[in-house]
Amino acid sequence: MGVRNPVTWLGSPVFPKAAHEALADTQLRRNLRKATTTIRTKRAGVVAELDDWERLRQAGEAIKDDVLANLDTYLVRLEKAVTARGGVVHWARDAEEANRIVLDLVRAEGADEVVKVKSMATAEIGLNEALEAGGVRAVETDLAELIVQLGDDRPSHILVPAIHRNRAEIRDVFRRGMAEEPASDEPRDLAEAARRHLRRKFLSAKVAISGANFAVADTGSIVVVESEGNGRMCLTLPETLITVMGIEKLVPSWQDLEVFLQLLPRSSTAERMNPYTSVWSGVTPGDGPRRFHLVLLDNGRTATLADQVGRQALRCIRCSACLNVCPVYERTGGQAYGSVYPGPIGAILAPQLAGDMHDEQAASLPYASSLCGACYEVCPVRINIPEVLTHLRAEAVRAKGKRTPEAIAMAAAAWVFADPKRYEAAQKAGSLSRLLARDGRIKRLPGPGAKWTDSRDAPAVPKESFRAWWRKNHVQRS
Amino acid sequence: MFSARDEILARIRAVNRASPVPIPRDYERTRTVPDVLGLLDERVTDYKAIVHRVAEAQLPDRIADRLALRSVSTMAVPSDVPPEWRVPAVTWLPDEPPLPLAELDTVDGVLTGCAVAIAETGTIVLDAGAGQGRRMLSLVPDYHLCVVRADQVVTSVPEALARLEPGRPLTFISGPSATSDIELDRVEGVHGPRTLEVLIAT
Amino acid sequence: MSAPRVALFATCLTDTLYPETGKAVVRLLTRLGCDVDFPLAQTCCGQMHYNTGYHDHARPLARDYAATFEGYDHVVAPSGSCGAMVREIHPSLCGTSPAVERTYELSEFLVDVLGVTDVGAYFPHRVTYHPTCHSLRMLGVGDKPLSLLRAVKGLELVELPQAEQCCGFGGTFALKNAETSTAMLADKMRCVQDTGAQVLSAGDNSCLMHIGGGLSRLRTGVRTVHLAEILASTEEEPWASATR
Repeated sequence: MGVRNPVTWLGSPVFPKAAHEALADTQLRRNLRKATTTIRTKRAGVVAELDDWERLRQAGEAIKDDVLANLDTYLVRLEKAVTARGGVVHWARDAEEANRIVLDLVRAEGADEVVKVKSMATAEIGLNEALEAGGVRAVETDLAELIVQLGDDRPSHILVPAIHRNRAEIRDVFRRGMAEEPASDEPRDLAEAARRHLRRKFLSAKVAISGANFAVADTGSIVVVESEGNGRMCLTLPETLITVMGIEKLVPSWQDLEVFLQLLPRSSTAERMNPYTSVWSGVTPGDGPRRFHLVLLDNGRTATLADQVGRQALRCIRCSACLNVCPVYERTGGQAYGSVYPGPIGAILAPQLAGDMHDEQAASLPYASSLCGACYEVCPVRINIPEVLTHLRAEAVRAKGKRTPEAIAMAAAAWVFADPKRYEAAQKAGSLSRLLARDGRIKRLPGPGAKWTDSRDAPAVPKESFRAWWRKNHVQRS
Repeated sequence: MFSARDEILARIRAVNRASPVPIPRDYERTRTVPDVLGLLDERVTDYKAIVHRVAEAQLPDRIADRLALRSVSTMAVPSDVPPEWRVPAVTWLPDEPPLPLAELDTVDGVLTGCAVAIAETGTIVLDAGAGQGRRMLSLVPDYHLCVVRADQVVTSVPEALARLEPGRPLTFISGPSATSDIELDRVEGVHGPRTLEVLIAT
Repeated sequence: MSAPRVALFATCLTDTLYPETGKAVVRLLTRLGCDVDFPLAQTCCGQMHYNTGYHDHARPLARDYAATFEGYDHVVAPSGSCGAMVREIHPSLCGTSPAVERTYELSEFLVDVLGVTDVGAYFPHRVTYHPTCHSLRMLGVGDKPLSLLRAVKGLELVELPQAEQCCGFGGTFALKNAETSTAMLADKMRCVQDTGAQVLSAGDNSCLMHIGGGLSRLRTGVRTVHLAEILASTEEEPWASATR
């Protein structure tokens, strides 16, 4: 095929370079710190309310592992259930195919405008751009998506794509993009402005496009979890509903939802329950859309499934808890990751979906972590993100080959460590660095070490290593 | 040529097949709560919804009070709510035949019952069954007055799902429409009803 | 009952750059009745290679570790990070071994194996403690280091704000993403300085090298001291400030 997967944005710089620009933006850092600190505290509070939280996480993990282990069975079961209830199921191998299916469906309805519920799957495949190229305007109705769309911006968070904007910046975006400007920069007034701006569109839209948080294989029920009611508007009022869903969003049975409807809201918006959750199965005569299309999207998921270690990323339920606790994300923001999937989950999901570790930008993402493990600790489906990060680093190393300066240095270090005698000789040679030191500290190291001493002193290698001391004081004894 | 369906299924089947994964279900099915209705009251209130507890026989009076207090004149209503809920002094617009969307957009509010309520999470679930009507009925009007009977209240999410029929269109409502999209702080009132008022009937 | 035979796994960083920490562990464990040995065949656990993506280089080092530390009752490392590498990662590289299963981070060994929290230490300074990520999240040492510090005579323990936030070291992360690492370091240093502590302690010399390097560059006067050195310090033989 050879078509580029749009899950990572074309032309994005490698992570350290993108981070350099983001770190210089002090407003961005203030906004992110405020938002992530707020949500972290709230999440900890609502999670602590449930004394079976760990058991729920384990159940969530197991249910998703079962889905991945039997994905074909469950997909076919879902297809059958949706079809039996009057829905039409479509399959898409990649972004391009999914976009074409959706565009054809919209054209068949004769619509030149669609309303959209916030959806990661459609953001991943660049659906809005594809629709626009086909002469269809996609109107984002989620408040944060609207902020991004009106500001001609890019998303920086899975749950709150405009998290990098504060209230004053949002007011400016709305002033420029709306007929009636918001009364103030109070969140209440900004929400009111969005309500007025979108009301008529909701009431007149013929076609809506959504994603799905969950799909129940047994019953064909689709679940969308939201807050504002824009989801309910889109899922209920238009005559035609098109849902684009990654093939991993399944749960086998209705009962399984009892786990995820507890895990997801507490992990994402730090609420006991989000304001609105809609569940529908196919078409219900006299209630809601008359036509329902479900597009099942692969776009790199089956390739990810083939990786024994990396496949756990497909358990993700897009809650964003890992972003909110990540010390790297908090400082660089989401756009530095160059993908609709930022943060720790993005660092393992985006390169896997993109499927090309020869791509420098994708290969830089697994290194965008200090491996502190805060992400794994909060993940509601227990994705061991640090494990996958190091696994993908190994793939990045493999793709780069053995000739890079880093690979050569690593091979040399391994050669030294492989033999205690060589290691001790290297220690002695290293102690020459004392010549660079004053008061036991080195202010400037040459070569790659300069990256260290740019902001921190380095310790001088002491005259006597521990092992030399031990040899002197203990070895003769025995 | 392979269809996308065949190809995706073939890719999945080419992957090492794991045996069924056992699901540990030792999490709580219910929770021990001394006063379930009290908890529902507290948790729904927590979302900035208005909650009243009322004796079943007093329902019509309380509905009348609440509507009078809000100076409501037109209310949409599913055609099958108990007739005594349709108190005088208000114009009731039953959804039979279905109210046009434009008309629904002009009413002052809507009165419905519900299918289940979850105390722990402060959630009311509508399943388009008796006294609830179509989904858009409880969505388009800006004010939603909802009657919850004590026997509809469960403690936990697992208990609620066990009572629900997945084939029906379901709406889980936890407080009025809200957003956390501005600085990740929650404010109430976006596209859905901005005022949610709940009468818990005992 | 004979004294337990304990092997010190010093870690390459402490062996090479922080010999005082190694000496402190020997002194402390000997004082507590252990028969301490330092097998000279040890080098590195392979964490740098593993975490940077060079798993093939890490694998032989993991094998060497299992061979080097075979036959001891316990292996003790003054590092949560290297301890976690051994216990959590080595089995995935070359299977488990008695050495791996008997490996402990220092505070774990003291509290869980020896069953002590008061090790008879004396350290008359105002101290704050940074719980390093791998000791906290991979090994789950919890508040064991704090309970050890609370029992130290003369020590005034002050709580570190946002203690559980990563300091930004992350091994080669500190070089590959130097600017992000530095931004994290800046926040950590601010929290340390807010405590007014004279000494910042932790169970990992790697993180202390990073935070201490920053504190030294800013001439804050805050010293970084490994937990082992505080616990080894007594009234008779008090901690002598070696430069860091």
